[in-house]
Amino acid sequence: MKRDTKINALLLLVVAALAVLPLVLGLGDHKEEPFAGADAEAETAITEIRPDYEPWFSPLYEPPSGEIESALFALQAALGAGVLAYYFGLRKGRRQGAERAGAEASAAVAEASGAEGSRPAPTGSARPDAPGGD
Amino acid sequence: MVPVSQETGQGASTIHEVLERVRRVMHIAEGFLPPAHAIAWGVASAPFVVHGVRSLTREVREHPESTLLLGASGAFTFVLSALKLPSVTGSCSHPTGTGLGAILFRPPIMAVLGTITLLFQALLLAHGGLTTLGANVFSMAIVGPWAGYGVYRVLRRGQAPLMVAVFFAAFVADLSTYCVTSVQLALAFPDPGSGFLGALGKFGSIFAVTQIPLAVSEGLLTVLVMRLLVKSSRGELTRLGVLLSKGTKQEAMAP
Repeated sequence: MKRDTKINALLLLVVAALAVLPLVLGLGDHKEEPFAGADAEAETAITEIRPDYEPWFSPLYEPPSGEIESALFALQAALGAGVLAYYFGLRKGRRQGAERAGAEASAAVAEASGAEGSRPAPTGSARPDAPGGD
Repeated sequence: MVPVSQETGQGASTIHEVLERVRRVMHIAEGFLPPAHAIAWGVASAPFVVHGVRSLTREVREHPESTLLLGASGAFTFVLSALKLPSVTGSCSHPTGTGLGAILFRPPIMAVLGTITLLFQALLLAHGGLTTLGANVFSMAIVGPWAGYGVYRVLRRGQAPLMVAVFFAAFVADLSTYCVTSVQLALAFPDPGSGFLGALGKFGSIFAVTQIPLAVSEGLLTVLVMRLLVKSSRGELTRLGVLLSKGTKQEAMAP
């Protein structure tokens, strides 16, 4: 359990390092506009390769500014992260619920067999039909 | 609306410099594929998406309980393709997140989930576009998932541990998407001197360098999510054939 958490944290750490290192090492310093990531750059690039090329369609809706665009990107990430969190939270809750139900059921079985007193079997073997979970 | 040839002040910039700037794009921008190309890629993509919609509805009808995990796979793609990350080349790009869904639900279903993500970005973010949707679907929602899934199957058949297979599936899904984008751009904008192959070589080499660290990140994140899934959704993963049985499960978990 603990080792699991450590490995997961390490995975996140490596991803974060991969993202931060280019910034820290200043790998974008040789550029006019370091770490730009806009489609507009590519658009101008293509018009430079083919100066005669006219884009024949423009987006139906364009975010009016970089701020709005990043807000919409954040919205996209938030939507995705929200659904993922819902999924894992739901799974965890269900698993805990099933475990609790299983524990209660086996406790009830143990109590019942103890009350009968006919067979002082250890609780482990006295729960063959306890819910298997899932 | 469209920044037509902003003056760079460099007169005749070499094609390499020009291409150096193209690499930042993940999806091909609206209107930037000639109509014939746009239509051709749309025609090429359509059957995959239609087939994917059928697989998706069948999956949901036969296994309604998988809806949640389907949603989670789509959500993973949503998150990853919104993350523009800096790369070693000094520019930003974003992962695709299509490897996970391809492993879990097979590539046809991922074609649909990827298309939904691309539509969202094309309509709301002006990222990618409707006219280039076919081309972008082909690279990100069709070739990427299939390539990743193929690598996953080969590695699993070769007894590779689950997480190793997952990592390389996501890595290849990400990288192959960019390779296809390079091919699409090279086909539409061949180098005036060296033609299609010359443009492809330049696009390809530039894309690869930028994208490799991001593909590694994507692989690691996919492994992370798969580890969480193994812990939380054992039953479902077994039904989907990702976890085979008790014996192989243990083996798969070992590093």
